Amino acid sequence: MTITKRFWISLIFSLPMLANMILMPFGWMLPGGDWTQLALTTVIMLVATGPFVQSAWASFKKHHANMDTLVAIGTATAYLYSIYAMATQQPVFFESAAFVTTFVLLGQVFEERMRNNASNAVEKLVNLQAKDAEVLRGDEFVKIPLAEVELNDVVRVKPGQKVPVDGVIVKGSSTLDESMVTGESMPVEKSVDDAVIGSTMNSTGTFLFKANKVGDQTMLSQIVDLVKKAQNSHAPIQKLTDKVSDVFVPVVLILAILTFLTWYVFLDASIARALIFAVSVVVIACPCALGLATPTALMVGTGRGAKMGILIKNGEVLEAVNDVKTVVFDKTGTITVGKPQVTDIVGDQQQVLQIAASLEESSEHPLATAILARAKAAAITALPVDDFKAIEGKGVSATIDGQTGFVGNTKLLTTAKLSDDLEQQAVKLQNEAKTVVVVGVADEIIGLIAIQDMPKSTSKAAIAALKSRGLKTVMLTGDNQRVAQAVADQVGIDDVIADVLPGDKAEQVQALQATGKVAFVGDGINDAPALTTADVGIAMGSGTDIAIDAGGIVLVKNDLRDVDRALALSKKTFNRIKLNLFWAFIYNILGIPVAAGIFFAIGLTLSPELAGLAMAFSSLSVVTSSVLLNKAKITSKVQAA
Amino acid sequence: MTKILVLIVGLAIIGFILWWFFGKHAVASADATVTDHQQSVDIEVSGGYSPENIVLKQGVPAVLNFTRKDASSCLDHVVFSDFGINQALPQNQAEPIQIDTSKPGEYEWACGMDMFHGKLIIK
Repeated sequence: MTITKRFWISLIFSLPMLANMILMPFGWMLPGGDWTQLALTTVIMLVATGPFVQSAWASFKKHHANMDTLVAIGTATAYLYSIYAMATQQPVFFESAAFVTTFVLLGQVFEERMRNNASNAVEKLVNLQAKDAEVLRGDEFVKIPLAEVELNDVVRVKPGQKVPVDGVIVKGSSTLDESMVTGESMPVEKSVDDAVIGSTMNSTGTFLFKANKVGDQTMLSQIVDLVKKAQNSHAPIQKLTDKVSDVFVPVVLILAILTFLTWYVFLDASIARALIFAVSVVVIACPCALGLATPTALMVGTGRGAKMGILIKNGEVLEAVNDVKTVVFDKTGTITVGKPQVTDIVGDQQQVLQIAASLEESSEHPLATAILARAKAAAITALPVDDFKAIEGKGVSATIDGQTGFVGNTKLLTTAKLSDDLEQQAVKLQNEAKTVVVVGVADEIIGLIAIQDMPKSTSKAAIAALKSRGLKTVMLTGDNQRVAQAVADQVGIDDVIADVLPGDKAEQVQALQATGKVAFVGDGINDAPALTTADVGIAMGSGTDIAIDAGGIVLVKNDLRDVDRALALSKKTFNRIKLNLFWAFIYNILGIPVAAGIFFAIGLTLSPELAGLAMAFSSLSVVTSSVLLNKAKITSKVQAA
Repeated sequence: MTKILVLIVGLAIIGFILWWFFGKHAVASADATVTDHQQSVDIEVSGGYSPENIVLKQGVPAVLNFTRKDASSCLDHVVFSDFGINQALPQNQAEPIQIDTSKPGEYEWACGMDMFHGKLIIK
């Protein structure tokens, strides 16, 4: 029988007794008196309370005790004592057993609903998926179920259809609504070579794309996986409740016995009165509220994050965020757009660009892309090179026409030196937030190339928001001090640590940890060690899979303002956990003494019925408080950009 | 006189509770039955989990069949926080749960309210 059914039966059979209790002062009595009460309560005990007793007995045999143990002992004591009292012509309290059962079940009915409510975020995500896809087979498009889409299939998406899997557009263009996956509310324009995400909505155009991720490799599947893990993870704060819940029920039982003994033996109360106090103690204690406080809030908080495109990996991260004092940013791709462009060339334009382009052709550095793009635009062809060498954090060198050519920063220079004139020009460019690379052949510097990576339009607002939270912001970069400082000034970052080799980022984070917990925000593969070292690693969207693995928080959108939102959400969730725990503890700490009759002298006592009601609503209120987290305002200090 | 008797009985019950719940007691433990590249364990959920400790072989796909006999809402979900599993257990119905046995170690599982616990050892 379901809990709901048990509740209704128990309610219906309790109502006559409720009427009896309310109308007694007005002279109305339940026909049949105690016998009717006995009959009604017996039905409730068998149908509605029975399962509590079964569960309590089953756990008792395993040396365990739970919520059901308390309910079973409380109601059975009231019921059995009433039968004894009836036989010996004393006042009965059948209604206590009946009402307690009804209230406890009422609480459980609501609680079950709320718990489903708390955990449905994942379900909603899964339901976002398209059911089928139009795939090119032979030379026509056929509709096949989503599960049958294979890697490299060409898929057609018409206006109003959902993109079935992840891939890259090969033909056509359109506007897509990606809000369901990334949280980005603005529609995004996409054309050939742009990546599309499965489960997003196509609005205007028709396009063809090649599937590059299917099945459980798609972004949505990975998000679902991550959220599931996060929702069921443990927060370190739970260790406390774990310890308490282990001993909770037996301790309450002992307290109840002590209550009875104190009243009956030492205070000369009647057996009935002493029993009522003892039963109230058993019934009011609620280990469930303690047990539910953390998981439900964690579930709602992480689920809500997923909707905003903020994936919080687990409860540990959530807790760590609270103590973060410093936020460290990677520069390229995090604070800046990550697409550097050549702005100035000093020296013989043609020659400098040709040498640089030839050398950089095999390089994967973002700056190389900028140089090659400029060379392509100027219609300069690269020369063949031999002995290509990439020197990490410095630059590249190779042999051109029998001479050693090099491109890189000043750290690369060993024998060659910048002339005073070039030195001055370099300083000037660097002060304009431009990265300067030196181009040389055969130990002689032939020119400079200035490359600029613009800060994202949202960076300034994002940093301001973090600073208004009282956090210290630091930028970590391989660029030299002048460029880094210029960028930092533009976006308002407090401190700059420049000239950091990629491998040393983690060490720098470690050094900063000396003054408090550190969050690191980054994206590239380079950042994985720093993301792991930091107390909270925040991996930015469009990042690689590795960075997503290393980060404790993953921002699906490539928007720096989400860092502040993620911090706000984590704090809110963690505060809710603390509030829930506080409430659950204080409830038990205050409720039990009141039920035990400690405040009897000042007229404050609780009947078992009220105790049952209080218990039912204490766990319900904890779950409700968690579910309300969905509605809570996430006060981000980000100004509208 | 009755009161002294009641006091003695009451204290005796307290003693019993202490011994029964906090004393050292053996827990039901079980190894998985391994058949052709598959191992499985049947777990009965009734006032806790029996068996409570389970040993699985590393690398062999494993299925745990949970059957909930207990009506308690305390036990209506089983949570493996390390695997991201939170499975509803319908009453009186075997619910198979796949376990990834690729990494050896000790993993805990618990009921939805974190009141009942079980331990999974993969080696």
